[in-house]
Amino acid sequence: MAAMLLSPTLLVLALVIVYPLISAVHQSLFSAESGLDADGFVTEGEAFVGLANYADLFVGESGRRFLNAFSNTTFFTVTTVLLETVLGLCLALAMNRAFRGRAFLRASILVPWAVPTAVSGLLWRWIFQSDGIANSLLGSEILWTAEGTASKLAVIIAEVWKTAPFIGLLVLAGMQIIPEEVYEAAKIDGAGWWRQLGSITLPLVKPTLLVAVLFRMLDALRMFDLPFVLIGPGKESVETLSMLAWDESNQLRYGSASAFAVVLFLYVAVVAIVFVKVLGADVTGTKKLGIKRKANRSQKAEATR
Amino acid sequence: MRQRRRTWQTLLTTTALVTAAAVSLTACGGSAQEPKAAANAAAAFEGKGPINYVSSRDASGAAQKSIDEWNAAHPDEKVTFIELPDSADQQRQQLIQNAQIKSDTFSVLNLDVVWNSEFAANKWVLPLPEDAIPAADMIPATVNAAKYRDTLYGAPYYTDGALFYYRTDLLKAAGVAAPPKTWDEMKSACEKVLALPEAKGMSCYAGQFDKNEGLTVNFSEAVASAGGSIVDAEGKPTVNTAEARQGLSQLVDGFKDGLFPSDAITYLEEQGRRAFQDGKVVFLRNWPFLYSSLSATDGSSSVAGKFDITSIPGTNGPGVSTLGGRNLAVSPFTQNKATALEFIKFFTGQEQAQKRLALSSRAPAYAALYEDPAVVAKRPFFPTLLESLTNAQPRPKVVQYGATTKAIQEEAYAALTGAKDTDTALKDMQAKLEEITAK
Repeated sequence: MAAMLLSPTLLVLALVIVYPLISAVHQSLFSAESGLDADGFVTEGEAFVGLANYADLFVGESGRRFLNAFSNTTFFTVTTVLLETVLGLCLALAMNRAFRGRAFLRASILVPWAVPTAVSGLLWRWIFQSDGIANSLLGSEILWTAEGTASKLAVIIAEVWKTAPFIGLLVLAGMQIIPEEVYEAAKIDGAGWWRQLGSITLPLVKPTLLVAVLFRMLDALRMFDLPFVLIGPGKESVETLSMLAWDESNQLRYGSASAFAVVLFLYVAVVAIVFVKVLGADVTGTKKLGIKRKANRSQKAEATR
Repeated sequence: MRQRRRTWQTLLTTTALVTAAAVSLTACGGSAQEPKAAANAAAAFEGKGPINYVSSRDASGAAQKSIDEWNAAHPDEKVTFIELPDSADQQRQQLIQNAQIKSDTFSVLNLDVVWNSEFAANKWVLPLPEDAIPAADMIPATVNAAKYRDTLYGAPYYTDGALFYYRTDLLKAAGVAAPPKTWDEMKSACEKVLALPEAKGMSCYAGQFDKNEGLTVNFSEAVASAGGSIVDAEGKPTVNTAEARQGLSQLVDGFKDGLFPSDAITYLEEQGRRAFQDGKVVFLRNWPFLYSSLSATDGSSSVAGKFDITSIPGTNGPGVSTLGGRNLAVSPFTQNKATALEFIKFFTGQEQAQKRLALSSRAPAYAALYEDPAVVAKRPFFPTLLESLTNAQPRPKVVQYGATTKAIQEEAYAALTGAKDTDTALKDMQAKLEEITAK
């Protein structure tokens, strides 16, 4: 029955996910071999090259670019998600208090998240240009958008600014379902603010937090538009795997572009699986349902007895 | 039952994760590329009927006006304007995809001059008969840019060239009589100007040096102005030469000696405009479109009435500008090729080019229009631009332009930032370009 009901969904998923996936893997096994004939026209055919596109990821000039993009992607993911989590938690804690203007604060915190990434990339580009606000506030002459460490920092700042509210709001939602009684009991037992945070808030908010962090990691691994708009395409300091795949397909080298994309896909999939298995992120709410079902059953058992 | 539900839930979880992960793949996965059928070299232009004109946006509305005029006269061969995205990369991608699936939707294509070789060599556009354009009336460089291996593939629509903006007030105060014609004259003019108290904190010169198409343009101009070239007539790379070294060294030394502002490495066209407008540089290489905003008298420009233009400086005389602009070409996959050709003749003809000047500031391909007093009164930079265009050279005419410009940008940028010395950068550039053109 369940299979019947789900079949339309699965059909759509097969069309929009499975087919492109298989097609990309298939494409990554080919290489366009083009040359010019005597009249200057392109003679072109596709040759089956097996795993050569993948082997190329590790040697020579393209290997250097791939490793650079791979380490950039990983570096951005780790740093931005870490900073976002800490900042998001702080935001959630601040918003969870009852104070005047709380509704306004909550709404305003959403603004960075609501701005399209390409637009926020442009905004930060103005802030970070050589005669922009960032330099005049710092009194420095840092070339943020040129190749170098500063450009990495610029991307991290803009990314954290944009996505910390996402974690903040998800965690806030998680905090609000923690019953007030638990805190009251803790207060009576003499637990201070830090103790309450460590023993009540964090453990109870952990399932929500893990899901939020997982989503952010999957997003960050696919980072494309922010460095593209903020720093520009082709800058090695901020080139991510998605940008590399885009660049290859822009040069009409679909074989190696697909290989980059497949590798990125595998990377994202592995990170997701590890996250779910090791840290036990509860993406679909299955675990909670399981507990409830158990409770229901024992209740039913009580009733029938 | 419970066991089964669990299985479904696990499956759903996995699917959801795969979905999230696969978005990257669907976005980047390439479309299948099929070997293309050989297009007939001497294409016959047959078939009349409605066609589509595919182009970047024309905010001035001048192109639409020409189309309206055509449509009024040809009710059975109506032309529809299809707008492409603003980004040139995206325009190129859509045009290529359309050609790869051999769709007959796009009939007349508006191509950037640097895409001409790629589209011609891949047979994505048809060779045009020689009489499709009045070549004798057009600026030779624009016709040359529309040719691939001596065959005409496009009709020049509008063109663009470099202008050298300079501050007349400062030059006069420093006693420099005439604007510099060579790079050395510019340096000595700068020495005098920068010694003035009112020029305190200014730098000498700026161009476009960020890792972008602008850098390819500035590098090509520096090399060509020193007498070199990036590729020769056969398309073989020639950047490992003394002339190319001299061209690149000028730019590298400009940064080293403080001739350029140190943040010029982040300049695109817009940042350069601001630097000139805010009085940060004495000289600026840029495109003609700045002229009207720099001479605005509403208070937005502090250099209005204090600047003038001339050709860019070279090593031993006036420099060599690169050529910008657009051509119109016919897709081999459209049904109504005869209409497409007739429309191109009409649209790029001198009469329509002159009419469009009323609305649009895009530079026409016809030399005569630059000397028309009525036009010059409205666009005072036209005579200087014509000078620049007469001397202009196209950017490298290569089939793999995307990879070529990327290699140029990477190596030139490395030299400008000091990551590589000039000789190594040029040697690496030559090797990269040889690899690209060998394919």
